[in-house]
Amino acid sequence: MSTTSPEALQICEECDTVHRRRAMTHGEVGKCACCGATLEHYHSLDPNTMLALVLTAFVVFIQANLWPIVTLGLNGRQSSTTLWGAIIAMWQEQAQVIAVIAAATLFFFPLVKMLSIGWLLWFARQHRCAPGFVPIMVTLHYIGPWTMSEVFVLGALVAIVKAKVYFDVMADPGIYAYAVLTVLITIFARVDMRELWNMRMKESV
Amino acid sequence: MSAPEKVPALPRAADLGLIGCHVCRLVCREAPDDDGGMECPRCGSALHRRKPASYTRTWALLLAAFMMYVPANLLPIMRTASLNDVDDNTILSGVKELWVNGSGDLAVIVFVASIMVPMLKFLVLGTLLISSQRRTDWAQLQRAKLYRLVEFIGYWSMLDVFVVALLSALVRFNVLSRVEPLPGVIFFGLTVVLTMLASMSFDPRLIWDSRDSDD
Repeated sequence: MSTTSPEALQICEECDTVHRRRAMTHGEVGKCACCGATLEHYHSLDPNTMLALVLTAFVVFIQANLWPIVTLGLNGRQSSTTLWGAIIAMWQEQAQVIAVIAAATLFFFPLVKMLSIGWLLWFARQHRCAPGFVPIMVTLHYIGPWTMSEVFVLGALVAIVKAKVYFDVMADPGIYAYAVLTVLITIFARVDMRELWNMRMKESV
Repeated sequence: MSAPEKVPALPRAADLGLIGCHVCRLVCREAPDDDGGMECPRCGSALHRRKPASYTRTWALLLAAFMMYVPANLLPIMRTASLNDVDDNTILSGVKELWVNGSGDLAVIVFVASIMVPMLKFLVLGTLLISSQRRTDWAQLQRAKLYRLVEFIGYWSMLDVFVVALLSALVRFNVLSRVEPLPGVIFFGLTVVLTMLASMSFDPRLIWDSRDSDD
């Protein structure tokens, strides 16, 4: 065992079992033999394709945030809101904690995530290491579990159904932008950005 | 080494003097000469064999979450006010309303996300903490799977919080009809954040640590 270099090994994050890395073929998923946790996915992390996806997600994210999500009608009067409308409403109604949680998980963290992934990939496609690579990768690791756009989409659906009993409800473009964003996020969730650590290793040697 | 027969003898990092970085997953050799602190050479994060003070932190966060969970369910989360009546909704009455109004499927989703998932998290994390502290090798694989499930579903509980936020912003027809958030929603939001922090601070490797009970 002492002859094996650390790069040829990987450690299961969930049970501490040491595995030897092996070449994977398309569509293969490496699972831990001890606890069944996913060790790594095979993906041809093609930076160009990924960058195109990030840019798409970014455009859709802006639309989702600018456009109203739903409009309610009652006796000829109308009322609509955007994500920030909901955040500000919570702040004004003595629920500042919720306003902060919502602003962080639905706006700031997703935004930081997209911008930093875009930044890293922009340089990765030129086979270069982005300035600030290490702090950005560490930040990505920590904000990872705190983005909740997909929960918000389901929340909007529930809100619409609840409001439909008392009001006329019209879906606005924002909700479609959110639906598209959810699909893009699901695609992203399958890509492990930590692959970039290994790309960097190859260059720096 | 008194490993049970059914577990295949797979090498574990702690036995080989290796540490996997929590952040970038680099396999590092343990450098015992350092007094306490070790750093990952690739990303600079602190290296630990196990997450530091995992039991204490997870218990503390879980108890704090439970203390928030009681008012989150007892206090109303949302007030619906119209011309002739004021109605305060709790999480459970919101589910009931969806069910009565004929949206059974959504009622089930909200019930699972807001009521079952938080309770499941308390039960699962509590079970994992107690069983791992007793260093039992009971149902290790199932416990590992339970942990993965809790990590995966945890943040969906935020659903009801977002529903209240959206309705409060939307239903603003002055005296005709208004929706306002009530303190219950704050407690509920904090419950979700605290249970997420609790499951993150639990180290699933502790589930498997009974194998090498000596040292």
